[in-house]
Amino acid sequence: MTLLNAIDPWLAGPRSAELLFPTLALPVLGLLLAPLLGARWARLLALASLVVGLVLALACTAALVAADAPLVYALGGWAAPLGVELRLDGPAALMLLLTAVLLLLIGLHAAGEFSVRAAGRRATLAFWTLLLGVWAGLDGLFLGRDLFNLYVAIEVLTFSAVPMVCLKGHAAQFQAAFQYLLFALLGSALYLLGAGLMLGVHGTLDIAQIRVALDAVATHPPDIGGDARAATLAAVALMSTGLLAKTALMPLHLWLPPAHGGAPAPASAVLSALVVKGSFFLLFRLWLDLVPDLPQLHVGLLLGGLGVFAILLGNLMALMQARLKLLVAYSTLAQIGYLFLLFPLASGASGGPAATAALIQVVSHALAKASLFLLAGRILVAFGHDRLPALDGFGRAMPATLLVILMAGLALVGLPPSGGYLVKSLYASAAADLGAWWWPPALELGGLLSAAYLARILSIALSPAPASGTGTGAAAGGGHILRAPITGLAAPALLAVCALLLGLLPPALFSVMDVARPGMGSATAVAGVMLSALTPSGFWRSAGPVLTVALVVVLFHSAGESAWGRRIASIGRGVAGFEGWLRQWRTAGALLLLFLLIQVWTSIG
Amino acid sequence: MNEAQLYGVCGAGLVGIGLYGAILGRSTLRRLLAFNLVGSGVFLIFGAIARRGGLAGGAQSDPVPQALVITGLVVAFAATALAVALLIRLATVAHEAASAAATPGSTDDPSTPATASQGRGERGPGHVGAGHS
Repeated sequence: MTLLNAIDPWLAGPRSAELLFPTLALPVLGLLLAPLLGARWARLLALASLVVGLVLALACTAALVAADAPLVYALGGWAAPLGVELRLDGPAALMLLLTAVLLLLIGLHAAGEFSVRAAGRRATLAFWTLLLGVWAGLDGLFLGRDLFNLYVAIEVLTFSAVPMVCLKGHAAQFQAAFQYLLFALLGSALYLLGAGLMLGVHGTLDIAQIRVALDAVATHPPDIGGDARAATLAAVALMSTGLLAKTALMPLHLWLPPAHGGAPAPASAVLSALVVKGSFFLLFRLWLDLVPDLPQLHVGLLLGGLGVFAILLGNLMALMQARLKLLVAYSTLAQIGYLFLLFPLASGASGGPAATAALIQVVSHALAKASLFLLAGRILVAFGHDRLPALDGFGRAMPATLLVILMAGLALVGLPPSGGYLVKSLYASAAADLGAWWWPPALELGGLLSAAYLARILSIALSPAPASGTGTGAAAGGGHILRAPITGLAAPALLAVCALLLGLLPPALFSVMDVARPGMGSATAVAGVMLSALTPSGFWRSAGPVLTVALVVVLFHSAGESAWGRRIASIGRGVAGFEGWLRQWRTAGALLLLFLLIQVWTSIG
Repeated sequence: MNEAQLYGVCGAGLVGIGLYGAILGRSTLRRLLAFNLVGSGVFLIFGAIARRGGLAGGAQSDPVPQALVITGLVVAFAATALAVALLIRLATVAHEAASAAATPGSTDDPSTPATASQGRGERGPGHVGAGHS
């Protein structure tokens, strides 16, 4: 009791906002200390501070719920705009929790792979320091309210994420890392230009103060306020374009497949689950919190259209990949597309059910994708490669791994009660409210394509190994499989189960993300969606098509060569050629500028 | 046109030249330098905004954008250093791989990502040779 009494002022009392300072300071301190302590202690330091960070994130969330209002902490007592203010609202608390949980689980999973004995001093120290750096950047992004501080946070995030790609030191990894860095830097230059324009227009960079100024402009006669409004929207368009490049929304994704496909598995998990979400969260803040009237702007159509493009092309490309890690990376590109349906479907002051859907998608995809990348790493260790055509029958050798892959995959496909199902149905209800019937079919189609690549993995995993022992695949023969310890399955399994059962959480828990966002109503929206999901007819309505597609793919795969197969393969080569063209540097650069112009035009015009 | 506007236009011009170079540049090093040009243009625009804000407030210049430029310079410096370090490592590794390939009996590393196989037009950052020749 005395302990509870002692910490009460922080959890429910007047001092609760002070929790935000250690939440940000802890990863930064760890980042600074890790290189001083050296490779041997960096792992312990990172894991210990992640445990403390998880406790802090839980305490922050508890304090936020108790206060039922945003927590605001001014560093050093200096208020905005000159000082740096940390502000925690519902979505930020959700992201803090997600980051702490995921980094801790991935860290525990990687503790064996990245130890001095297994990976050498250099890679060990680099991995744990960079992990702390990613954490510091993400926490800065979630807590910041000042556009320039957010810029610094996102650069910390990028600079920590880029070297993670090339931890193993292969030439292709360095190339991928350089391409990632240079494209991200172009994005940050555009972002910084936008922030500068914003400062010139409003004289402040604080998101809340700019919002107040914009609301005041709206009451002016149009000939006075119009210029400030247009300049603000141009600045937001610049920042938004920069962030699109960093989020790798297709077709601005040239850096993501080589970077996420080539990094070591735990690093890929961090990059795919969390790092791309950091820049998306900033887009969420910009278009929903800073711009007062997103639903009236046409820019949502552009972002949503690109999202649908990403869902379709990403899933198709995932279906055609020859390497498991690249398959998972392309599936990330498709799942990023789901996030962007938020923008055309947002309604009301705080986004409505579409905002709930986007935040749940961040959580659900992060859990499922971290699990999938860790499992891909497990297969890579066991077989020494991850080329799918040569993995025939790997499910017989590693049945538990296959089971967890299926669970995580089903969460991505969106079967009830997974997070993916919540996302699809919440978007569908948002679209029904707006009368925009054309968005949900794209989501359904995307889910079916995900089911197709999952079925492809399944049929490869269960197919009999080639009879002649050529030594290329022959997984079931078990000759040269490196047995991975079963404990390595704990973290991926936990993540996959969480993703798969996300919808069964009590709906009241989802109301955490509503704090300081009036009218979002996450709890009621989730409860309403789940009510119809668990009836037999509701379940079969989503599961039936998925099972059909899976069956077709399995049959197709087992049928072997056929005229149909050759025809489909030639179409596939065409799509892959188009996607390869999109991934050329010049195409991506030109598209970046094109999207900038369209965003400026659609938001001002 | 007052001086703040002049500097603003110059900054915009620098950003434009830099974007041209960064997107169309042939060698990786050239693209990196072009990015630095974009950064310089942005910082010049910040300077113009400082002057403009200062004149509006009755002072010589507004110190806030100037302070931001200093932070921005540090970030751009760190980014360039990281990119150059990556380029140097890339050149070293590529050089080693080339000399290893010259000796017979060396095999491909299985974990090397083979992205080139499914992206036909993909050339990667490539052309590192132009950077250090």
